[in-house]
Amino acid sequence: MSAAPAQIFRVRSGNGVDTSQTLHFSFDGKTYTGHPGDTLASALLAHGVRLFGRSFKYHRPRGLLSAGPEEPNALVELRDGARREPNTRVTVVELFDGLNASSQNRWPSLSFDALGMNGLFTSVLGAGFYYKTFMWPASFWEKLYEPMIRRAAGLGRAADEADPDLYEKSTAFCDVLVVGSGPAGLAAALAAGRSGARVILCEQDALPGGRLRDESATLDGKAGWQWAEQVRQELAGMPEVRVMTRTCVFGAYDGGTYGALERVADHVALPKDGQPRQRLWRIVARECVMATGAIERPVVFPNNDRPGVMLAGAVRTYLNRFGVSPGRKAVLYICNDDGLRTALDLRRAGVAIAAIVDSRPAGVGGGAQVASQCGAAFFPGGAIADCYGHSGVKAVLVRDASGKARSIACDLVAMSGGWSPNVALATHLGNRPVWHDDLCAFLPSTLPPGMVAAGAAAGVFDTAEALHDGAVAGQRAAVACGFAATLPVLPEAEPTRYAIRALFHALKGVPSAKKAKAFVDFQNDVTAKDVALAAREGFVSVEHLKRYTTLGMATDQGKTSNINALALLAEITERTIPQTGTTLIRPPVQPVAIEALAGPHRGTHFKPTRLPPTHQWAEEQGAVFTANGLWMRAQWFPRSGETDWLETVSREVRTVREAVGFCDVTTLGKIDIQGPDAAEFLNRIYVNAWLKLAVGRVRYGLMLREDGFAYDDGTTARLGENHYVMTTTTANAGGVMAHLEFCHQWLWPELDVQFISVTDEWAQIAVAGPKSRAVLEKIVDASFDLSNEAFPYMAAAELTVCGGVAARLFRLSFSGELAYELAVPARYGDALARLLMKVGEPFGIAPYGTEALGVLRIEKGHPAGPELNGQTTAHDLGMGRLLSTKKDFIGSRMAQRPALTDPARPTLIGIQPVNPEDMLVAGSHLLPQGASATATSDQGWLSSVAWSPSVGSWIGLGFLTNGPARKGEIVSVHNLLAGTIIAARIVDPVFVDPKGERLHG
Amino acid sequence: MRLTCPSCGSRGLEEFTYRGDASVRRPAADASEQAWVDYVYLRDNPCGRHQELWYHGAGCRSWLVVTRDTRTHEIFDVRNARDVALTERQTDAGQGEIA
Repeated sequence: MSAAPAQIFRVRSGNGVDTSQTLHFSFDGKTYTGHPGDTLASALLAHGVRLFGRSFKYHRPRGLLSAGPEEPNALVELRDGARREPNTRVTVVELFDGLNASSQNRWPSLSFDALGMNGLFTSVLGAGFYYKTFMWPASFWEKLYEPMIRRAAGLGRAADEADPDLYEKSTAFCDVLVVGSGPAGLAAALAAGRSGARVILCEQDALPGGRLRDESATLDGKAGWQWAEQVRQELAGMPEVRVMTRTCVFGAYDGGTYGALERVADHVALPKDGQPRQRLWRIVARECVMATGAIERPVVFPNNDRPGVMLAGAVRTYLNRFGVSPGRKAVLYICNDDGLRTALDLRRAGVAIAAIVDSRPAGVGGGAQVASQCGAAFFPGGAIADCYGHSGVKAVLVRDASGKARSIACDLVAMSGGWSPNVALATHLGNRPVWHDDLCAFLPSTLPPGMVAAGAAAGVFDTAEALHDGAVAGQRAAVACGFAATLPVLPEAEPTRYAIRALFHALKGVPSAKKAKAFVDFQNDVTAKDVALAAREGFVSVEHLKRYTTLGMATDQGKTSNINALALLAEITERTIPQTGTTLIRPPVQPVAIEALAGPHRGTHFKPTRLPPTHQWAEEQGAVFTANGLWMRAQWFPRSGETDWLETVSREVRTVREAVGFCDVTTLGKIDIQGPDAAEFLNRIYVNAWLKLAVGRVRYGLMLREDGFAYDDGTTARLGENHYVMTTTTANAGGVMAHLEFCHQWLWPELDVQFISVTDEWAQIAVAGPKSRAVLEKIVDASFDLSNEAFPYMAAAELTVCGGVAARLFRLSFSGELAYELAVPARYGDALARLLMKVGEPFGIAPYGTEALGVLRIEKGHPAGPELNGQTTAHDLGMGRLLSTKKDFIGSRMAQRPALTDPARPTLIGIQPVNPEDMLVAGSHLLPQGASATATSDQGWLSSVAWSPSVGSWIGLGFLTNGPARKGEIVSVHNLLAGTIIAARIVDPVFVDPKGERLHG
Repeated sequence: MRLTCPSCGSRGLEEFTYRGDASVRRPAADASEQAWVDYVYLRDNPCGRHQELWYHGAGCRSWLVVTRDTRTHEIFDVRNARDVALTERQTDAGQGEIA
């Protein structure tokens, strides 16, 4: 590291910088010094650094254009490692000790860039080059063109690691939101705040004041920023007012909702422990005063992108706020009197003014007077025709009103094409701004409900008028919220004059203009020639121009380029600016990091994990888990000595078939349904009949969607006269609940029935196998008769277990064995699992996971998720006979459509390979033997497969055209991914105990 | 966007889910197939005022009939769907008696 060079361009003390303290930072490996209050831009500029980056396409040397968030050129990579932040505007980076930044899009170094020669291939890289140059051959795109473009063009590199910092989201409510703390915003906040209204004042900068900090003009004879500080202190003392600095309101949304980003710890090296780096605010405001100021426009002239060509207002910011002069000898290029302030401020700071080039004709504006005050040559009606100096301005070619050109040496060009009100927030909801010729600006016309624009954002550029405008807006907003607000006494401001005459470019009658690039969009390297080319090729709509040239589509979203482009296009197509149009601005006003939008919702905070009550116990058992929606479920329970999962699962299946096993089925949706009309309601929800289900009985039910396709299935038990409990599939639990509410509240409000989800209230465990009754007898209290006669298949009861614990018992079987589902209050779930292990031990009990559950149901031919995939009908599932013809139910009418009951539809079948060793794979296609592997021969697919220890073969469920009629037929199973074809026999989908005798045992 | 739920007050959009047009009515079971196809599949896409169904799933679980301007997202009215449906039935029944 080299020693810190002196801050030779720090010519005075700035109002926002504390020069009593020194900070150290590095840029491209070189160490520099700065002070608290500096931005990275001002600190580097103080050292005379002018080259900040390379441009996007042509790799041209670029310096600072602005001093604010609109900066298109000076983008760097800030910080390093996991905190590396690409495309960071140096103008908004607050300096901190140890800050580390590097330039981007340059190779091998910023001052010598090998790809700078891209400028020599301008003819290739012009407007629409993406569409023209890289069209053919098509195969070259992915392999050659895209990687090449990505290496050459582009900006910074994102961090390779996950962001280690914290981000928060917060919501705030207020009566009046004031966006911006310039003269108008402060006056508005003061008027509204003093009335007692709840006010939030958001300022994107670290300091309040807006342009008051950038100008040397006074308020009540004191520096403008001092009044801003005084107001900030008064506002801070108001209990209902909140001043939020470093907070950018980036979007306006419907219903008075605003998005804002608070940069909580961006200005320090590291956030404090537990402190978020940024906080995303949703602010709900009844009224909003948009006092967002204005952004100065550059002028389009040849080589206007040389480092040292800056906005005139930015020059004043560096001088007055930061005490830094961006040069030693300046030329001004202006079209309004506001720009003349720059000459006076520079002069006061001892900077020589070589010339003032004023595009206005002689006699308009105060240019002549200021020029003589500053000792500058004055060129009324003049233009800058070219700019010299490869890596920094050395001279400009000035053309006077008569057309005579001369070269003038300088190292700084301060330009002002006028100010564009920052109307972004007013247009986010689709309100188009309107062009005002007198101000050469778009102003908001209609605004979103509750929003008003004030100050420069409303085209009120004079400070005294802006103060008044803001105070009136704040007062009205507070009154609209029911507060008695009055106008505050405002400080006296020096009178100003704007006197703008339109100036967008200086391209006519310039000898060198043909070759030199005149930039419209600095960040995306779009030149005036590109705009002309696009127009010539027919892209005369501003929206098309944007997309064809990429103008305004960079990270700065064209803040400094859109209006110049529009004006150029208007001129080329011989239309007025209003005729040419305007593009609406979309949120965000400034880039918002994806981390801020995600906030704390990362990892399990984004996708939380639901754990069934036996999870901890299953962990202790060494279970392997699988995700089932948000739920974590035990997939299988390996035992020592078992070498692979299939061995474990097959053992679990055999345990259920031969002894007894148990499985946590809590994840199934459980909906408690009560009311006199509950039976009638179920009758309309399910396809089958429900009116005659007796108390203490359970029934399987199938639900359709209204379009006639299967939606969900499960069992519903009648626990009392008016009391039912429904189960849904795990995946559809939430959806079925909303569906029931919809049907009840909207379709059949006359039915007296209510629902509540009780999924999390009950731990439910399936106990399955020939010895399940024997196990349950050890748990269920003795007063309850578990015999087959007293509690047969499909019985349900509320009872007690373990000496008085309330429980529910259902004699249900998904496995085809004698089986029960026992529900206990969720807090007893863990104890129940442990108890089952203990009392079941003599019977050879073992837990089984979802994989064995799947094998058992496939062996039994029960459809599940892969079968109820949203494309199958009751008929397809072999349940056509369930559809009641005697009642109306959801989906009843549409399920009758001929195409939904056509026997030729693929229908549920069982399938077994001819060679038992052949493995089946779900998703395989079923084709007639010998048919060619084409779509026309395709007759169905495999939906679920398993190795069946009971059958001793792979088995599968699937859907086959005319399926049930084809039992015994041998078809070809095509696994197109593996490229295999095997022969398999169509069989009944019930592989085990087809008569169902075990269920009733 | 915000909706004022009759039960819960002004709430953010993230608590609600959208279903669609609230002006369609479920046909009788014996209605023509065309009537059912219209009900299940066909929806107008009006520019301007639109009555639509929303579900306050992250709140009170009420289905709501919201009158919204599809261009501006201005909300004119929010009512409980059940109240709307019940009122319609009473009106229909009343008309039936007159007829």
